[in-house]
Amino acid sequence: MPTTLNSQIPGGPIEKRWDDHRFSMKLVNPANKRKYHVIVIGTGLAGSSAAATLAELGYRVTVLSFHESPRRAHSIAAQGGINAPKNYQNDGDSVWRLFYDTVKGGDYRARESNVYRLAQVSGSIIDQCVAQGVPFAREYGGLLDNRSFGGAQVSRTFYARGQTGQQLLLGAYQALSKEIAKKRVTFYPRREMLDLVLIDGRARGVVARNMVDGSLESYTGDAVILATGGYGNVFYLSTNAKASNATAIWRAHKRGAFFGNPCYTQIHPTCIPVGSGFQSKLTLMSESLRNDGRIWVPKKAGDARAPGDIPENERDYYLERLYPSFGNLVPRDVASRRAKEMCDNGHGVGTTKLAVYLDFADAIRRNGADWVREKYGNLFDMYHEITGENAYEVPMRIYPAVHYTMGGLWVDYNLMSTIPGMFVLGEANFSDHGANRLGASALMQGLADGYFIIPYTIGNYLASGTFTPAGTDHAAFRDAEKSVAGVTARLLGAKGKKTVEEYHRELGTLMWDNCGMARTAEKLKKALTEIPLLREDFWKNVTVPGSSDDLNGEVERAHRVADYFELAELMVRDALHREESAGGHFREEYQTSEGEAKRDDEKFSYVAAWEFAGTGAEPVLHKEPLAFEYVKPSQRSYK
Amino acid sequence: MNFTLKIWRQPGRTSAGTFKQYTIDGVAADMSFLEMLDGVNQKLVRGGEDAIAFDSDCREGICGSCGLFINGRAHGPARGVATCELRMRHFTDGEAITVEPWRAKAFPVIKDLVVDRTGFDRIIQAGGYVSVNTGGVPDANAIPVPKHSAEEAMDAAACIGCGACVAACKNGSASLFVAAKISHLALLPQGQAERKDRVTKMVAAMDEEGFGGCSNTYACEAECPKLIPVTTIARMNREFLLAKK
Amino acid sequence: MGLLTDLYSSSIGKKITVGLTGILLCAYLVVHLAGNMLLFRGDGGAAFDAYADVLPSLLVIRIIEIGLFAVFLLHIVTGTIVWIQNRRARPVPYAVHKKNDTSDPLSRIMFVTGSVVFIFLVVHLNTFWVPARFGDGSHHSMYGTVVEAFSSPLYSVFYLLAMVLLAFHLRHGFQSALQTFGLKNLKYTRAIEAAGLIFWLLIPVGFATIPIFYLLNP
Repeated sequence: MPTTLNSQIPGGPIEKRWDDHRFSMKLVNPANKRKYHVIVIGTGLAGSSAAATLAELGYRVTVLSFHESPRRAHSIAAQGGINAPKNYQNDGDSVWRLFYDTVKGGDYRARESNVYRLAQVSGSIIDQCVAQGVPFAREYGGLLDNRSFGGAQVSRTFYARGQTGQQLLLGAYQALSKEIAKKRVTFYPRREMLDLVLIDGRARGVVARNMVDGSLESYTGDAVILATGGYGNVFYLSTNAKASNATAIWRAHKRGAFFGNPCYTQIHPTCIPVGSGFQSKLTLMSESLRNDGRIWVPKKAGDARAPGDIPENERDYYLERLYPSFGNLVPRDVASRRAKEMCDNGHGVGTTKLAVYLDFADAIRRNGADWVREKYGNLFDMYHEITGENAYEVPMRIYPAVHYTMGGLWVDYNLMSTIPGMFVLGEANFSDHGANRLGASALMQGLADGYFIIPYTIGNYLASGTFTPAGTDHAAFRDAEKSVAGVTARLLGAKGKKTVEEYHRELGTLMWDNCGMARTAEKLKKALTEIPLLREDFWKNVTVPGSSDDLNGEVERAHRVADYFELAELMVRDALHREESAGGHFREEYQTSEGEAKRDDEKFSYVAAWEFAGTGAEPVLHKEPLAFEYVKPSQRSYK
Repeated sequence: MNFTLKIWRQPGRTSAGTFKQYTIDGVAADMSFLEMLDGVNQKLVRGGEDAIAFDSDCREGICGSCGLFINGRAHGPARGVATCELRMRHFTDGEAITVEPWRAKAFPVIKDLVVDRTGFDRIIQAGGYVSVNTGGVPDANAIPVPKHSAEEAMDAAACIGCGACVAACKNGSASLFVAAKISHLALLPQGQAERKDRVTKMVAAMDEEGFGGCSNTYACEAECPKLIPVTTIARMNREFLLAKK
Repeated sequence: MGLLTDLYSSSIGKKITVGLTGILLCAYLVVHLAGNMLLFRGDGGAAFDAYADVLPSLLVIRIIEIGLFAVFLLHIVTGTIVWIQNRRARPVPYAVHKKNDTSDPLSRIMFVTGSVVFIFLVVHLNTFWVPARFGDGSHHSMYGTVVEAFSSPLYSVFYLLAMVLLAFHLRHGFQSALQTFGLKNLKYTRAIEAAGLIFWLLIPVGFATIPIFYLLNP
């Protein structure tokens, strides 16, 4: 029997909700803060900013990362920028407009209250980052520069060349380093969380594997924050880093945290196309390129001429044609789907015919190659090293790739999961982006969660209960350690014939083909029968050499892939049950005559929060209805 | 293409290491160096052998995790790229390739090609930040920053902390890494309050970690995947001297 | 003194010490070379001898002489400490290290070039300075000592070789010192390199004219 989820959304007018809520929340007196101990897993934008800020407030903080250094987290790879409605460009931006754009961009599947709060605090993020010394791009007058991103008609994106994520993460990392130096944060590198520990129904710690010597370690605290990123690597090929994984959130899901909207996957339109079967990952070319690059394909299907030999009148600038007002800057889901459609209809280019052109010839003619170099030089260099082609002379070839997961652990307005005391931040939660995330909004959300939301809401939780000290000698830690050791032993003991990598690739292909950019009930049902078979085969036939008490990448990967099988099944189930198209979830059966996503607000205007019921068992669906009081849902139009 | 690889294998921090030889064929020119190593590892794993341990994550040259000494060069023969961006087209078919971990007293080997670079974190902890807490900061546009200062700061801030500078330097010096952070923060108005303290503490931390000094050979600049210039080191020295006043 | 020990305790401070003493030694070389050029006046060594005789009699020169020794010592000792510390920073060498692809060989052999110059310095002092300062007073003219010393082609060749190595040492040393002081940046690099050329090339060549002259006119 589905329970009603309490999202803890405050009442009153939307613009006052966060302020009112902050006032009504309980506070922890400054002297008492040091008595509380918070565990943070992950050091990306959300984790680092949360850990640093909580330590500044006086909490004792333990931070775990599977990296050797907090600075290696994958937020570092975000290129384009971060949104904030500062209206520095005087182009009519406001909190309301960012709120509106984000709710619309998310195809009306996000919580209005969360999105409004996000838009409200985003300005403070820019202030904070500038104060930390983040070298954002500047105008000649010394003031901050902005650029445009998809899904918006104003320039509100702050950037640091093509390395905005890097600079923001280094800012948060440096803030964290400052607190480590003050010994208010203890950082444990190369530790991978493998289980969540609950005592009396509340999150009180984690079990992690020391990745250098393989030992299992228990960490205890009064609250646990997961900021462990998204799960795009289910697809094997994605723009995620090699080690990005879902294990922390999946193990927490198995301990009782509901999983929200797992099927919402963002396929980024501008990635370097797949080259060979050996490819280990896909590389993103920043969306900012769509500011000046024009996307086109040959009008004639199967046209094999070199791009330079195709005259202007035989080119189809299809985004400009279909969406005259947004042009090349339509949201990501739209741009991706249209690229796929063009290639499916035989207009694809390059050797694989799974690519479209992103052409800078006009920008170079208009402003010169140097101008383009100054803005996008590092991206052109990266493209050159990977493909061996010079994009100043021939157009780039791009194709969509898995990039971001809007789904994640379900959290309430306070960012707390269905497990009391376990908070989830950044991409790891089901987030504020609805069914599709707009460009330059991920950095905004990660830092909003870490700098400006969790520091308040966690205090409310800690002040609302009493915490008996829970040492790592507690039986719950022993049980969790035993369960993790059991999984490792099973993986090592299978001694089969196929490598973890082979299983991962196989699962990835299965997911991309059946639960990728265009989904159908038929394909999803097929996946739902094939995934469990592959999973069973994995447990019988996988080979994991070496031992568990050593630095052993195969053991690490085996744990992660084992979880991907279960998560993949949930994604497919969610995609199958959602009989509508919305944002990143496109069901071919549900589209308008013009090929746009067709929502069913009557039946599906809710967050699907899934409760784990055992591996292979059908999970329990809980629904959080979505109410739209301020932005009235309509067919999204970017014409 | 096919290659003969001589790769450093070392079971643990304190154990002795040795080179082992591997062969791989069917390598495509567009493959990355690490994808080629993935191929070697797949072969090893299928044979029930321990895979070669190496750090790598983003595979697009920004996280700074990867770092291999390939045929006598940090991040291999190509200029301005990290190991993960290096493509096999930079090698000739049949070539013998020697792969070693970063070698420095301050970067002890953990296993095979994985080294411990946490010394870099400790240097940043010594002062590589602006001491502002969250909240209570002025509006982002309150203090204008000249465009050229912001650009120069960004040139330095582009450092990915991979350690190639240390690996390439005959002295195992971390000067370029430390200078990049000092330059980044010295060039911006926000970094001024702690400017003197920062350079003094960071240089002391750098020495404490056991990195060598700078001999101005500029090998670091030549090998830096982000092409950070040695003028940052001149700036660090200048900041260091001015802090003594 | 607090400042000095503070400076000396850090790697950059030691480099600054080596650089500063190096630049002082460069200045000394200019003066020394100017004096030596008196050899070529064609007056049978009269001017040179007069110069060589008057110098030690001046108190100020005696004081400078002590200072000069201190500078030499500081340069050599600090340079050696830096060299040892730098070697310790990489206890396990690479099997393959293509250093020439990434740096100028001369920048890496400062200790070698410096050591040879040091050996030369000892021999040089022993030939010219020791007899003049600590001789039994029966010394003939300094000009005579010069002529006698360079009458040995072996000595002249050794002198020439030392000058080549001195040039190598100065080639890296001069601009490296300015980098160490933090004076090098994009704006001044060219000027510094031009000034460096004067030092590393002209000064050793100037000194080298002496053995070359005596080798050509035995």
